[in-house]
Amino acid sequence: MIQTDIAIIGAGPVGLFAVFEAGLLKMRCHLVDYLPQPGGQLSEIYPKKPIYDIPGFPIIYAQELVDNLLKQAEPFKPTFTLGERVEKLEKRAERDFLLTTHLGTQIQSKVVVIAGGLGCFEPRKPEVNGLERFENGKGINYMILDPEKYYDKTLVIAGGGDSALDWTIFLAGKVKKLTLIHRSENFRGAPESVRKVMELAQNGVIDLKLNSVISEVAGNGHLESVKIKNIKTQEETIIPTENLIPLFGLTPKLGPIAKWGLEIEDNAIKVNTEDYSTNIPGVYAIGDINTYKNKLKLILCGFHEAALMSHSAYKYINPGIKYTMKYTTVNGINPF
Amino acid sequence: MSDIKVTVKSDDGEKQHVFPSEMGLSLMECLKAEGYDILATCGGMALCATCHVEILEGYNQLSEPSSDEWAMLDTLPNITPTSRLSCQIKLNENCPDLKIIIRGEGQ
Ligand SMILES: Cc1cc2nc3c(=O)[nH]c(=O)nc-3n(C[C@H](O)[C@H](O)[C@H](O)COP(=O)(O)OP(=O)(O)OC[C@H]3O[C@@H](n4cnc5c(N)ncnc54)[C@H](O)[C@@H]3O)c2cc1C
Ligand code: FES
Repeated sequence: MIQTDIAIIGAGPVGLFAVFEAGLLKMRCHLVDYLPQPGGQLSEIYPKKPIYDIPGFPIIYAQELVDNLLKQAEPFKPTFTLGERVEKLEKRAERDFLLTTHLGTQIQSKVVVIAGGLGCFEPRKPEVNGLERFENGKGINYMILDPEKYYDKTLVIAGGGDSALDWTIFLAGKVKKLTLIHRSENFRGAPESVRKVMELAQNGVIDLKLNSVISEVAGNGHLESVKIKNIKTQEETIIPTENLIPLFGLTPKLGPIAKWGLEIEDNAIKVNTEDYSTNIPGVYAIGDINTYKNKLKLILCGFHEAALMSHSAYKYINPGIKYTMKYTTVNGINPF
Repeated sequence: MSDIKVTVKSDDGEKQHVFPSEMGLSLMECLKAEGYDILATCGGMALCATCHVEILEGYNQLSEPSSDEWAMLDTLPNITPTSRLSCQIKLNENCPDLKIIIRGEGQ
């Protein structure tokens, strides 16, 4: 079991900055995010877009801001559980919380900070019956966490966007057999990737099925084959495969957070603006996930919330101990 | 300038709205203002595809999708031959009357 002072749900910009603020007060953090990479909306939705309203940065690209936040948090040695969704939050006693992820990882902490943004980024799933029978390690995955897992295996990727193209290019030649299935007649994503994928198909490195959708998945316990249908000719083909990865993008869903006994309003968690605490003592909510009068869903507001939360969390963890705030210019950074 | 009639087809039947064309609003913004449950996570930058609509009438009179819009549409599992991102449809004098089905995700 992972043990830490503060368990942070969500490794978006606000969760990452909370690590720094908590670190100044000598509290250690562990972050959990369902996405395979830190950065939340910034790295998932708009990594290459410029942001103009970060104080002190007339312009900064979203991924650059995430990289900077990671660097800023580095002295305080945050630890991560990525690719896992927090399903359960239990308060066992004051200063004793237990989080459990969908894969069963457990994190014990003194404080829980929910920095869950717009909710958990969940994969879009194609409308095919019985997909769930092969999820969680039985052949169907919606994200590629460790590509090496697929080396020497058979694999079908479905989707036509940039991530489907990029992963196809990356895995081509490394896996035993790779089939790419796309619903349309052509790809309209990044021209360079499209050219490469077409070349791989022409050279027989991958099998490309256009105008096609998955109509069935089959297997005994583990995935063994998928049936695809050509939407022009209605012809059906069975492709034997050990793995299927539908890549149709992600959309945020509030998800499990709604079931933890927190006060929810308009899909967000109600907080006390003195310290961004929730109705459960020891549980805080910061960033896009919280709501209060005049709330603005902006990164800079989340940063402010992280600072106030940290001081309140310190008092909650260390009752009776006085702490006076010191400037970083005076005190510097004291790495763990 | 004339207003634009947009008919939204859903399981409950069809509902017609009249949207102004002089403000240059997007179809996504107008649908949200009418109370339709559309996430529009990216705020209209053709980056999230949660504002996906299928155009039943008026598709051919709309201007062509940009390459960014095509790329985003191509990521969807439920794309149709007349799918568009409603945030990329500007309701201006060139926009025809439309009939649509909302296909994107809500809250
Ligand atoms: C296109 C676009 C442009 C934007 N431009 C600006 C701008 O110019 N300026 C600005 O200030 N803001 C901007 N924003 C808003 C800004 O991105 C958000 O305010 C910011 O991302 C909020 O950060 P966060 O850390 O609270 O949440 P997020 O970035 O949403 O991160 C939350 C993370 O929590 C994870 N999570 C949620 N629930 C769970 C769970 N149960 N288990 C595991 N993980 C979970 C999610 O997967 C996600 O990665 C923009 C947003 C978009 C989409
Ligand atoms: S609102 Fe995000 S793509 Fe239209």
